[in-house]
Amino acid sequence: MIGLAHYIVVSAILFVLGVLGIFINRKNIIVILMAIELILLAVNINLVAFSAFLGDLVGQVFAMFVLTVAAGEAAIGLAILVIYFRQRGTIAVDDVNQMKG
Amino acid sequence: MTVQVFAFYLFASIVVASAAMVILARNPVHSVLWLILAFFNAAGLMVLLGAEFVAMLLVIVYVGAVAVLFLFVVMMLDIDFAELRAGFVSYFPLGGAIALVLLVELVLGIAVWQAGELTLAQRVAPTPDSTPNIEAIGQLLYTRYIFVFEAAGLILLVAMIGAIVLTHRGRDGVRSQNVGKQVRRRPEDAIRNVDQPVGQGVEL
Repeated sequence: MIGLAHYIVVSAILFVLGVLGIFINRKNIIVILMAIELILLAVNINLVAFSAFLGDLVGQVFAMFVLTVAAGEAAIGLAILVIYFRQRGTIAVDDVNQMKG
Repeated sequence: MTVQVFAFYLFASIVVASAAMVILARNPVHSVLWLILAFFNAAGLMVLLGAEFVAMLLVIVYVGAVAVLFLFVVMMLDIDFAELRAGFVSYFPLGGAIALVLLVELVLGIAVWQAGELTLAQRVAPTPDSTPNIEAIGQLLYTRYIFVFEAAGLILLVAMIGAIVLTHRGRDGVRSQNVGKQVRRRPEDAIRNVDQPVGQGVEL
């Protein structure tokens, strides 16, 4: 029998994989953005699992809002990445601090 | 029931494996493809939970929009990926240790929480028995959460305008239509009446 704990463990593993992805791909900002998407996916699985097992629809509604923010964040992040690449010809994020004014 | 258990373990194992491949793949294009697989299987998990709407949204928004956006950016930018992987091995021990600590803490937390009894004093929006999932979410979204819904739309609008403004490039040497200039133009600026004498050239 699959219970709530199964889903939460899956989402915890996904979350940890996302955090690990940020650590080990520190130079490649595209993979960092994908790891952030993984973290948000883990949050969504958590929200939907609790919503289903507690019989309360609000979790699914807020999963939708999390999805909206994730989409906006990906769009803005990739736009910043594109202009950064255009300016410097690389996406190594080690020297991003040169962007500060 | 056994079919559900089998489906859960299938989706869960594939989603975890493909998430691991996202962060470990050498080529970011492969990372994006693994990410798409992870999203599809997460959508499968949500279908198992009875949340069809969020599952379909996940496929449409994540696979159809976000992953394709990633794919575009990865393929458009000419990046030396080998150079970006330089510190991979040196970062792995620290990152792995932190991830392991985090995972153990999370699983311990889940185990402790699991020992207690799970009840809600009051549900905000109890899942209705008869109406389908999508209809129930629609009724909730357009009544109680209408302002949050509109704020989400506003966020998407701001993100869209921001992305366009950030990446827009004005080009030199291109003749484009300037509507304001055209509207501002008056006949007196453009037309000249002259009393032209016979036998002389026209002064331009």
